[in-house]
Amino acid sequence: MRTSPEKYTTTAIVLHWLLALFFFAALPLGLYMHDLPFSPARLHLYSYHKWLGVSAFLLVVLRVLWRATHRPPALPQWTPAMQKIAGGVLHALLYVLMIAIPLSGWLMSSAKGVQTVWFGVLPLPDLLAKDKVLGDFLAAFHRLLNYTLIFLLLGHVGAALKHRFFDRDEIFSRMLPWSRR
Amino acid sequence: MKFFRLILPLCLLPAIPASAVEYNQLQVGESSVAFGYRQMGVPMEGRFARFSAQLSFDPVRIAAAQARIQVNLASIDTGSLDANDEIQGKKWFNTKTYPEAVFVSSGLKSLGGNRYQASGKLSLKGKTFDVLAPVTFQSSGNRGVFDGAFNIKRLDYAIGEGEWTDVATVADEVRIRFHLVVNAVAAKK
Repeated sequence: MRTSPEKYTTTAIVLHWLLALFFFAALPLGLYMHDLPFSPARLHLYSYHKWLGVSAFLLVVLRVLWRATHRPPALPQWTPAMQKIAGGVLHALLYVLMIAIPLSGWLMSSAKGVQTVWFGVLPLPDLLAKDKVLGDFLAAFHRLLNYTLIFLLLGHVGAALKHRFFDRDEIFSRMLPWSRR
Repeated sequence: MKFFRLILPLCLLPAIPASAVEYNQLQVGESSVAFGYRQMGVPMEGRFARFSAQLSFDPVRIAAAQARIQVNLASIDTGSLDANDEIQGKKWFNTKTYPEAVFVSSGLKSLGGNRYQASGKLSLKGKTFDVLAPVTFQSSGNRGVFDGAFNIKRLDYAIGEGEWTDVATVADEVRIRFHLVVNAVAAKK
């Protein structure tokens, strides 16, 4: 019998940490930029934020495909049922938000009449026609989704650290890029 | 007699269009003055809600054609709500001091068919430059439609000063497009 759970695949680990980087860049950027006065700096930061969002969305698509075709390592047998359910629900919600947040940003851009052009080069189709009311609604929705994400990420990171430093089990190291052994 | 019944109307027919038709009544509601530009590589579309024009155009006497077009700059929609307040300010149009843009034609030449080239002077924010614009003209009955477009460089007119002179943020080139519906009245003899 195995004493330690099997790790995630290298691809899953790389996608997890890359997306973590993207979200830790795009989230504070989004929080900061929306209060800026209209200026070249604001226009630049909005563009960078959108480019990050499109890139993150592509990684999320890859990640969902990978996750759908590769079973994650099983949780240790001693994991309490409540923790299994809580972990499963939290992970599912994180996936939903990772998809919904970039999409809502893209739709918001279309409704606001500012097309998303990836890296200033590749135009993404506008999925919605320009509409101020819809644009304002999507902006509020995008913000709500992101506050929800921040809240869930606190739980996600908190749970990971709890496993690492309180439970001292192998749950966290399954997603670490380096092996503990 | 049969000869005259055929010939008489034919003789009279050219007499009707020969009384020159002058297109000179701008139909503001059906016309538009719009523009396109790039902001961070993103194509943006804007328009002006208020403008007026004094035009006279007779397809058989194009040398006499004249146009003066005034655009109310405060009526701008830049395509982005964020930008609409900013653009009224001193760094952009400075609409308090320079409320309108004026185009005054200096000539029109035929490029064959329904295509023409209009030349004139565009005054904006206290600066005046020559512009050339290809124009097409289409008419049905007494309704004439002019369509044309030309490019200007916003920095020529000091549109966007200070930090806004950065053309990587807002491109220098702005494409102005006009669609003018102009009705005709028979010219006075």
